Amino acid sequence: MRYTPHTAEDVRAALDAIGVDDVQALFADVPADLLDPPLDLPAPADEATLLRHVRDLAARTDARSPSFLGGGVRAHFTPSVTKHLAMQSEFVTAYTPYQAEVAQGVLQTTFEFQTMMSELTGLPVSNASMYDGASAVAEAALLALRATKRRRVVVSRGVHPQAREVLATYLAPLDVTVDVVDLDGDHATPVPADLSDAAAWIVQSPNHLGTVEPFPPHVRAAHEAGALAVAVADPLSLAVLQSPGDAGADVAVGDGQTLGVPPQFGGPHFGYMVVTERLLRQLPGRLVGETRDVDGRRGYVLTLQAREQHIRRGKAKSNICSNHQLAAGMATINLAALGPAGLRDLAEGSVRNAHALADRLRQEGYDVATGNRPFFAEFPVRVPRDPREVRRDLHAAGVRAGVPVPDEYGLGSAILLAATESTSDADVDALVAALARVAPAAEVPA
Amino acid sequence: MDIPASLRYARTHEWTSELEADVMTVGITDFAQDQLGDVVYVELPEEGARVAAGDAVAVVESVKTASDIYAPVAGTVKAVNADLESAPEAINEEPYGGGWLFRIAPDDASDREALLDADAYRAVCEEES
Repeated sequence: MRYTPHTAEDVRAALDAIGVDDVQALFADVPADLLDPPLDLPAPADEATLLRHVRDLAARTDARSPSFLGGGVRAHFTPSVTKHLAMQSEFVTAYTPYQAEVAQGVLQTTFEFQTMMSELTGLPVSNASMYDGASAVAEAALLALRATKRRRVVVSRGVHPQAREVLATYLAPLDVTVDVVDLDGDHATPVPADLSDAAAWIVQSPNHLGTVEPFPPHVRAAHEAGALAVAVADPLSLAVLQSPGDAGADVAVGDGQTLGVPPQFGGPHFGYMVVTERLLRQLPGRLVGETRDVDGRRGYVLTLQAREQHIRRGKAKSNICSNHQLAAGMATINLAALGPAGLRDLAEGSVRNAHALADRLRQEGYDVATGNRPFFAEFPVRVPRDPREVRRDLHAAGVRAGVPVPDEYGLGSAILLAATESTSDADVDALVAALARVAPAAEVPA
Repeated sequence: MDIPASLRYARTHEWTSELEADVMTVGITDFAQDQLGDVVYVELPEEGARVAAGDAVAVVESVKTASDIYAPVAGTVKAVNADLESAPEAINEEPYGGGWLFRIAPDDASDREALLDADAYRAVCEEES
């Protein structure tokens, strides 16, 4: 198909047809200083110069020093095959398959993704992925509002602060109350006394401080109040922890980065959403189904599309009209390469190393604030100074660590530390040495 | 195309039965189910809901589209056809029988008289075919 842009004559004819003098007039409503702002760019460069410049920039990216960064984003081991297969042009260049059924490979990848997410979460119906964990949490709240016809959402403070911000943004235009339930002294979510009229009770495990939250009591409380139980879970943790489905949750959502997507400076990742059969028609986003053609051959289709914008317009279940295919596909390949036992190895290795790190820091005299509760791969440690400064100085000392614990958790100055299956003794030694210089345990206020 | 003479019709393709004990039954017509194709899902109003004439009160979803169903008269929803949850295809098979959607107690029983009779509704269908 040839792409022929419109000619000056075409533009003139279109302008005349609508009675406008020039194209600029179409933008009259946009403030002039926003329309064509001067760009603060250096002079143009030739290709060789530009390549050198970009290489210099790339060389400044520190991907070699040991990393203990967490906050729900961790670089777990991925078999080499993951990246190589995921970077096949068939995956990388495929934009939204507008004639989806023509793209059987894309649909089958998504179908496999849905199957794996369903197995991990213990719930039957997964969509094709969401933008990220935060938007998945917000969409879960919208789903619950639709399904229960209630106007109140209750969320644990243990849910990632950024996810709660996105939730607030999504719900701001709606006449909906959002109540936040504080964590108890053990960094765990108490079962709320009042879930009456709640559409959803949203709890995250492991929560933002790394604490493992048992879902069943929360599910019971939600169901007694007629609310949906929404479980936010790090999917890697589900290799070793009870799944939301087994705990009776109605909806499982979360960020899928830990399943083999590089941290990528915080994104793009992908989100996942898996629901009970009963909520099937409330599920936002794409859904791939397996079927048979007239000759009985297996094929994949987008199914239940009547929920979606291109058919239902104003009454669509959601504004999401896409998914994070590349990142979700990467996770699918990664899960297939690792297999269930491999995934469990990563999860168990992360738990082991995170606990060894916590013990080591305690020996070094640090206040490791795990709240006497089980934790998965991350935990908070109190530091003697502003955690942002500590993070900066640790990095200068050759260790990437120190996601600040937000003030809302009341831990004073504290950082989150995360370990993975790949954390080595040498990494831990480097961290301990750097901490001793940058944030000595003796200086942490009691 | 089946358009029973005993029923009254809305332009939006809902039928209403005669009043029985101050309640009328509402469904979608044979023409409407044929236009929709295979019905796979139905969202029904809540029992006890107060509705105005023309309010979107239900959704009938087929394999190709989702259609709003409008209240033909103002009133109170007295019953809904819960069987449709597990067998929505009844709308295709018996639009005037087992495929009924809900029952409504009109605020003003004479509102039904303002709806179309079978001949007038047939003309509407012919216009749209």
